[in-house]
Amino acid sequence: MTFISNLINGISLGSVYAIIALGYTMVYGIAKMLNFAHGDVIMVGAYMAFCAMSYLSLPPIAAILLAMVVCTVLGIVIEALAYKPLRKASSLAVLITAIGVSYLLQNIALLIWGSAPKSFNSVVGFDSISLFDGRLIITSETVVTVIACIVIMLGLTLFTKKTKIGKGMRAVSEDKDAAELMGINVNVTISVTFAIGSALAAIAGVLLCSAYPTLMPTTGSMPGIKAFTAAVFGGIGSIPGAMLGGILLGLIEIFSKAYISTALSDAIVFAVLIVVLLVRPTGILGKKIAEKV
Amino acid sequence: MERIKNMSKFTRTNIECYGMVLLAFVILLPLQNAGLISYSIAGQLVPICTYIVMAVSLNLTVGFLGELSLGHAGFMSVGAFSGVIAVACLKGSAAPDWTKLLVAIIVGGILAGVAGLIVGVPVIRLRGDYLAIVTLAFGEIIKNIINCLYVGVDKNGLHFSMTSADELGLVDASPVLKGPQGATGIPKISTFTSGVLLILFTLFVVLNLINSKTGRAVTAIRDNRIAAESVGINITRYKLTAFVISAILAGMAGALYAMNFSSIAARKFDFNTSILVLVFVVLGGMGNIPGTIIATTLLYMLPELLRQFADYRMLIYAVVLIVVMIATNSERIKLFADRIRSVFRRDDDVPDAAGKGGGAK
Repeated sequence: MTFISNLINGISLGSVYAIIALGYTMVYGIAKMLNFAHGDVIMVGAYMAFCAMSYLSLPPIAAILLAMVVCTVLGIVIEALAYKPLRKASSLAVLITAIGVSYLLQNIALLIWGSAPKSFNSVVGFDSISLFDGRLIITSETVVTVIACIVIMLGLTLFTKKTKIGKGMRAVSEDKDAAELMGINVNVTISVTFAIGSALAAIAGVLLCSAYPTLMPTTGSMPGIKAFTAAVFGGIGSIPGAMLGGILLGLIEIFSKAYISTALSDAIVFAVLIVVLLVRPTGILGKKIAEKV
Repeated sequence: MERIKNMSKFTRTNIECYGMVLLAFVILLPLQNAGLISYSIAGQLVPICTYIVMAVSLNLTVGFLGELSLGHAGFMSVGAFSGVIAVACLKGSAAPDWTKLLVAIIVGGILAGVAGLIVGVPVIRLRGDYLAIVTLAFGEIIKNIINCLYVGVDKNGLHFSMTSADELGLVDASPVLKGPQGATGIPKISTFTSGVLLILFTLFVVLNLINSKTGRAVTAIRDNRIAAESVGINITRYKLTAFVISAILAGMAGALYAMNFSSIAARKFDFNTSILVLVFVVLGGMGNIPGTIIATTLLYMLPELLRQFADYRMLIYAVVLIVVMIATNSERIKLFADRIRSVFRRDDDVPDAAGKGGGAK
């Protein structure tokens, strides 16, 4: 029973990572940049939901929607102000800018909400599910997280396959210049990508803080790094890859915590990543890049 | 004047680097001895030296080898803690402080070099962002392991444990490294002079390396890996050499850094520290050693200088970082600067400016 319970916890944590990793992977696929500020957008989303529920006493659904709207706007603004001028700059310059944005968001949060951790109330209203006479308890957060993850995954797949903007996104990630020649507005496409990624980050932030209820200005950084790892794990740029990578990462983390060592779980997660990258240098579902001479 | 102009680039960089460091040293040391420097700045001298060494060594990987490393603090961490343990082993001996520091720095450098070799062998097979993420992963792994490591020294030698301090079984001695608490009771033997000497050593190694056959091979690999390989350059060997040397120097810096504080924990050397050093390198200019030294000093002092803004200082730091990156990299600003420059330029210089502008596009 402990095994199944760990399995479920792993999938739940992995689903959160997967939702964050989707944001990383989409932005990487289209703008070819590592958006290190993504983890802090999660934190902003969680704070927004927290404020909406605690100070404005909004219902959870409204709080999540508010957080998503704020993060979407934030994502678009960050992209327009910080990343757009650097569209043609070296990837390292963009990376450092992203880190600057990350510092900026953390410090704004620090000024507004202070460094003391806030205790986040779960957004989920119903009770945990108890199975096998209470030997297996599935928390309501787990159920909601996994369902949210599946819905997001399906929605995003449909969006990229069926809609005009989604097809445009795939075209831009394939070849930016050719897409532009075909009449796709690359700037709008990149903005939309940031908007979607940031909205997903808001959802991930709320789900993360519902499961692990301490909220601080640095809450987003470690999950952000891990989700980034998950995106690389699955093959960065690939949407199913991010999903797979996220879930695998969550499982590895929970199982190594349960069976090997709590303190070393992060080391194990990263060690597995390294092994995977050595065997498959572009991740599990990553495309092989042919090199032209 | 003509001679300065005709000087080789190597000589000029050398003079700039060594001159700058020595000048700063000659000015600051008497001031420090006379107690004219405020306490907070005097406390920053050794960390600044450390970070200059870190940034110059990272510049070897990022600027000259052209590979993004996000785990440089990991090597600093290895150097710091192995240095601390080495000094703890020498506790009873009558050796003077500078010998102890030297031993710590050498041991720190060697162990960080070994770590660099372990990391480097798999890492250099990867490329681009994947290499970056693996170095990040290694940095986190090193942090995590040291966070769980308990080490003690007694008359029977060194004791290691991964679970608790009690398991070390020490005989009348207290543990040196206590897991998440880190190392405590470190003798504060780092001095400004030793820091400057380490910078000079680092400059000597790095500047001579990049002007040697190895250095030219390394920059050739950066500029075009396939072309370099086709003229018979052993990519793995040269990449590994540069990577390990960079790790060794970071380890030495780590040992110097640790000896400046009475206690230090592994979480000091996390991802943010790696990023901090990377920011110094990028703002100083990749492959530009004098620029790195200046950028490190200014950026390290910036939060200190902004102290009057209290809570807002890191905010200002972040804004400065973003604005500088956009100002130095944005196409539009580059074109604008070129246009302004061409207005003020004399006629005979104009073709040159036009040529540069064309090249940038």
